[in-house]
Amino acid sequence: MGMVTITELHRYGRTKFIMPGTAACPGCPLQVGMRQLAMALDGKFAMVIPAGCSSVIPGIAPYTAYTVPVLHVPFASSPAVASGLVRAVRQRGINGPVVVWAGDGATADIGFAALSGAAYRNEDVLYVMADNEAYMNTGIQASGTTSWMAWTTTSPRGKTEDKKDVALIMLMHKVPYVATASIAYPMDFIDKVRRAMQIKGFKFIHLHAPCPPGWKMDDSYTVRAARLAVETGAWILWEYNQGRLTISPPSIPYKDKSRRRSLEEYIKIQGRFAHLKPEDIKLMEDKMDRQWDLILKLAEIYK
Amino acid sequence: MSSQVPLAKQARKVLVGDHAVAEAVKLAKVNIVSAYPITPQTLIVERISEMIEKGELRADYVRVESEFAALATVYGAAAGGARAFTATSSHGLFYMYEMLWWAAASRVPLVMAVVTRALGPPWNIHDEHTDILAMRDSGWIIGMAQNVQEAFDMTLTAFKISENEKVLLPVAVGLDGFILSHTAEPLDVPSQEDVDTWLPPRNPRIPYVIEPGGEAITMGNLPGNDVYHAILKKYMDESMEAAKKVIAEVYDEYSKLTGRNYGVLTECYKCSDAKYLAVSMGAWSGDILNAVERLRNEGYPIGLLRIRYIRPFPEEDIGGWINGMKGVIIFDRDYSAGMGGVLASEISGLVPSSISFEGVLAGLGGFDVSADEFKTIMRDFVDKTEREGLVKIRKYWYIPKIER
Ligand SMILES: Cc1ncc(C[n+]2csc(CCOP(=O)(O)OP(=O)(O)O)c2C)c(N)n1
Ligand code: SF4
Repeated sequence: MGMVTITELHRYGRTKFIMPGTAACPGCPLQVGMRQLAMALDGKFAMVIPAGCSSVIPGIAPYTAYTVPVLHVPFASSPAVASGLVRAVRQRGINGPVVVWAGDGATADIGFAALSGAAYRNEDVLYVMADNEAYMNTGIQASGTTSWMAWTTTSPRGKTEDKKDVALIMLMHKVPYVATASIAYPMDFIDKVRRAMQIKGFKFIHLHAPCPPGWKMDDSYTVRAARLAVETGAWILWEYNQGRLTISPPSIPYKDKSRRRSLEEYIKIQGRFAHLKPEDIKLMEDKMDRQWDLILKLAEIYK
Repeated sequence: MSSQVPLAKQARKVLVGDHAVAEAVKLAKVNIVSAYPITPQTLIVERISEMIEKGELRADYVRVESEFAALATVYGAAAGGARAFTATSSHGLFYMYEMLWWAAASRVPLVMAVVTRALGPPWNIHDEHTDILAMRDSGWIIGMAQNVQEAFDMTLTAFKISENEKVLLPVAVGLDGFILSHTAEPLDVPSQEDVDTWLPPRNPRIPYVIEPGGEAITMGNLPGNDVYHAILKKYMDESMEAAKKVIAEVYDEYSKLTGRNYGVLTECYKCSDAKYLAVSMGAWSGDILNAVERLRNEGYPIGLLRIRYIRPFPEEDIGGWINGMKGVIIFDRDYSAGMGGVLASEISGLVPSSISFEGVLAGLGGFDVSADEFKTIMRDFVDKTEREGLVKIRKYWYIPKIER
């Protein structure tokens, strides 16, 4: 499969990769992202899903809205389960993709040891971390990737720690493929999945997934928030593919700071940041600038 | 035990318990092994790694970062259709705890060796059965070997039992840390050809397989009605019940292969004319039997019931043997805090109020209990019952004097 085309996207628009009637909230980013993943793989893959919203979304057994083979597994276990699963199916001569679809809590926190282990062993797995920036399934608690100053039920006055940069941590595991992506840029995400799947080994995609209830914003703002994150420069789309790190097309214009929209536009639509003072937003912008510096330097190093 | 003429070619070897388990894993042609080092288990996976490196076993060895991941990995492998094996001890087993339950209720076949060891603090690498007994509610079939030969036989038969369609539950094979794991004993090992005819490769589609491009099966999403959960547990219970018969059948076939006969869930020595029954599990049963034989020579009518499998719980065997006895004495090398010995607690429900009972807690943290000591403890129990009539001692802490 090559790069995705608009025609192809339109065709897939009518394919029910996820059956209707799921238990997801209105405006759920995970459904959007998972559909894009399914489009990228033409619906042919097996999925390992740790505890999180995605264990609830498919609805109730004996039914499921997911249309691929799925193993639901304990919260911390998905990278290890996928390692065993992929080795078993490869031994049996089956070459299709084994994908872990996991939340940020499962990935950055509780399952991190297992993730690190699977990555350093270079298991032939695609790992998609769907980052809604909190433990949403248990009712919006702060995770390692919750943004600095964001309200959650366990950080009622705003989270005091910075967001963990999981994609960069994975890059340092020397795996062949690491990328960031966003549910607002399906073509970018789909292309990344397809490029990743051409590689045997561990592939990691950090997918930004704004969650309306968790971010205290209107149900219709999912894609808007995701897009604003990229357009303000708060979320940088990049790709590391076997030695080369590049800024992905949707983020290229924002290398130039003057072309970024004001961070406030992204902040003000999210109730979780309602308590931020102008000086907090300024600090946030500084952190963002430093992140751009870092990614651009890495792009120079991994030329 | 080895009285029958073996039908198959066997090789006499001298191996420590851990290496005997590795030998069984090799003969079972396991596809995927994953484990994490912990004494006294480590020799098993070191030996398996060597076997794989030398090409004697064609399997993937997955070097994971924890026991939790080890069990998660072999679980994933089993869901992907592989025959898979792991091994651990004590702290490692407890680190797996969540996965133990998930693996069992997923109904995939798996085999794990548990080399028993005490739990800290304080750090202690010596033998105790509390670790393996903490698995008992999780849905695993749990055996405890008495010697190296049995550790080997239990491991090999475990694959056949676990993969049986009527069972489909994971099997844990217990062997006492150091006492079996690191002690060399002679054993007879069947040939690869003979094992192959008896144990074919696993059928990956039983019970189901998760594979890319395969049938869109989902394992584990929320049940629409909580009653499904109860039904699943009831099915597990029925499979545990069915396992009693399957274990009997598997050992029956296995005896034709090897000439070795075992009792199924339990073995009772000198029980048919006994008035008193000692109950034990694991390696020290050899010493207890030695003490029983010496008591017999002194005219004490005592027998030994050795538990081979604690799950499924051998209720019928135990209840049957207890019936008609004057007294039952149970040896626990484990402790359930706030309760007492685990075996004593489980078995006490089968002991009528008219029968004397003593639960002995001994050997915790690995201290040795000699045949002489067992003899004294059992003799005192019998004498007391004969002297005083009904005796009920739910727990007796046997603590030898030490230099402080
Ligand atoms: C060992 C364990 N601890 C806690 C939980 C409870 N739990 C279930 S889902 C979840 C949060 C999931 O958060 P995340 O991974 O970010 O995924 P999301 O729900 O946001 O998609 C938690 C804490 C659990 N299932 N297992
Ligand atoms: S809480 Fe957020 S991520 Fe979870 S189902 Fe609802 S919208 Fe989706």
